[in-house]
Amino acid sequence: MPVRHPWRWVASAVVLVLLAMLAHSFATNSNYGFGIIGGLLFTRPVLDGVLLTLGLTGAAMGIGIVLGVVLAVMRLSPNPLVSWVSWAYIWFFRGTPVLVQLFLWYQLSYLFPHLSLGIPFGPRFVTFNTNSVIAAVTAAILALGLNEGAYMAEIVRAGILSVDAGQSEAASSLGMRRLQVMRRVVLPQAMRVIVPPTGNETISMLKTTSLASTIAVIELFGAVQQIAARTYQVIPDLLVACAWYLAITTVMTIGQFYVERHFARGAQRSLPLTPFQKLRGNLAVWRIRVAGSSR
Amino acid sequence: MVRAEAVHKRFGPVEVLKGISLEVAAGEVMCVIGPSGSGKSTFLRCVNHLEKIDGGRLSVDGALVGYEERGGRLHELPEREVARRRSEIGMVFQHFHLFPHLTVLDNVCSGPVVVKRLARREVEEAARELLEKVGLAEKADAYPRQLSGGQQQRVAIARALAMEPKLMLFDEPTSALDPELVGDVLAVMRSLAEEGMTMLVVTHEIGFAREVGDQLVFMDGGVVVESGRPREVIASPSEERTRAFLEAVL
Repeated sequence: MPVRHPWRWVASAVVLVLLAMLAHSFATNSNYGFGIIGGLLFTRPVLDGVLLTLGLTGAAMGIGIVLGVVLAVMRLSPNPLVSWVSWAYIWFFRGTPVLVQLFLWYQLSYLFPHLSLGIPFGPRFVTFNTNSVIAAVTAAILALGLNEGAYMAEIVRAGILSVDAGQSEAASSLGMRRLQVMRRVVLPQAMRVIVPPTGNETISMLKTTSLASTIAVIELFGAVQQIAARTYQVIPDLLVACAWYLAITTVMTIGQFYVERHFARGAQRSLPLTPFQKLRGNLAVWRIRVAGSSR
Repeated sequence: MVRAEAVHKRFGPVEVLKGISLEVAAGEVMCVIGPSGSGKSTFLRCVNHLEKIDGGRLSVDGALVGYEERGGRLHELPEREVARRRSEIGMVFQHFHLFPHLTVLDNVCSGPVVVKRLARREVEEAARELLEKVGLAEKADAYPRQLSGGQQQRVAIARALAMEPKLMLFDEPTSALDPELVGDVLAVMRSLAEEGMTMLVVTHEIGFAREVGDQLVFMDGGVVVESGRPREVIASPSEERTRAFLEAVL
């Protein structure tokens, strides 16, 4: 007799009942507005919002990753001042809410009405009106990117620390200098530890960009809010936003698999299979079985 | 080539080297033996400034290691200069420390490409010749984790030789290997010695020390207990501690 699993049946029954309730609600509650979601998904304002959301995510993560690497290397520098500057940066940007930082950048003109290029405490060469330089989108990119830099710095530092000290010694003994050791030997190996949480951060950033709607940036969430304010179809609009966020997250998750696979070179004796390779392998096995049984 | 005069090194309160003095002439092979914790690996690491010495004088090819003498005072060298001097000294580690994300060939090319800034295609031919020399030409495109320990260590030797060093340091190069793989690594080291490479070898291979070494140094407790010609020291040690150690390992 095989082992019985009575609790699996119980759990299945519970899940089935919950799914049935959800389906019933979808079928009978017209407020979901499924009829109009399809029409809304690809309207101009929504698509513009999606593009801006992707742009904000890309720009903020770009700033965050570059800044994170620089801050992590600074944090591990033997120079105490350099290390301290990095510590202070992380302390501030991780210690204050990103929403507050968003407003700070947006309201920068109250603090500094004019920005100028020149010699500190000396003559100024050019002066700008702050409001004309830092528009809402710029403020959002700066706020999200600089905030992300603090988190990425800790992720990159964890990656660097995960690489065996013997690697740095071997590279140094060849005559490489500190930054060469970092770039050529330590960081490429640290990537295996850095990539998974960075994927996590990117997905998190995708959703955090919705905060930018509070400073009048019409990204995806801002766009559906504007539509909802006009049409009063709040739930269908929010479901449209959910659908887009989910779709983009799914694509990112797939991308992350391939990036991780790339940096696994040399770490394992053979690379993990891609889903397509697995499928092909399974199909081949299945074909052999079918061929064998028909004989 | 290497001259140490009363070299001292401490880690916190523990004094690991209590005045090491020795001299290795160009083209000579010096083997350093001794129980673990005797300071032999630490001394080796001082020679290319992976560890800073706290007292005495240590010089390679006439130049102080990690310092410069100006106006009768010692000045610490900038990182650039320390790196430049290290590039002239090859080092082989107990645990190989090959770069796992690079192929065997890229490992061997890494020194000349990164440090000497030579073009990869200029370096590649010499790198393949070095792999040929250590008997691993066919493994050029493999990754280090696909190799056995003995093969990895031979690649590590090739990687160090690619920088055309004037001195090679070996830090227990065969201690992490399965017994049947030790021979291949020692054979490579032996041929290197025959070509006239100056070598400083920390090892437990007494047989290698006897046959290949020009000098043998026995260290214990941070001091050189006994040194001399390998055959004489091994056959008739004059110190009781040397005798006890040799009896334990032979």
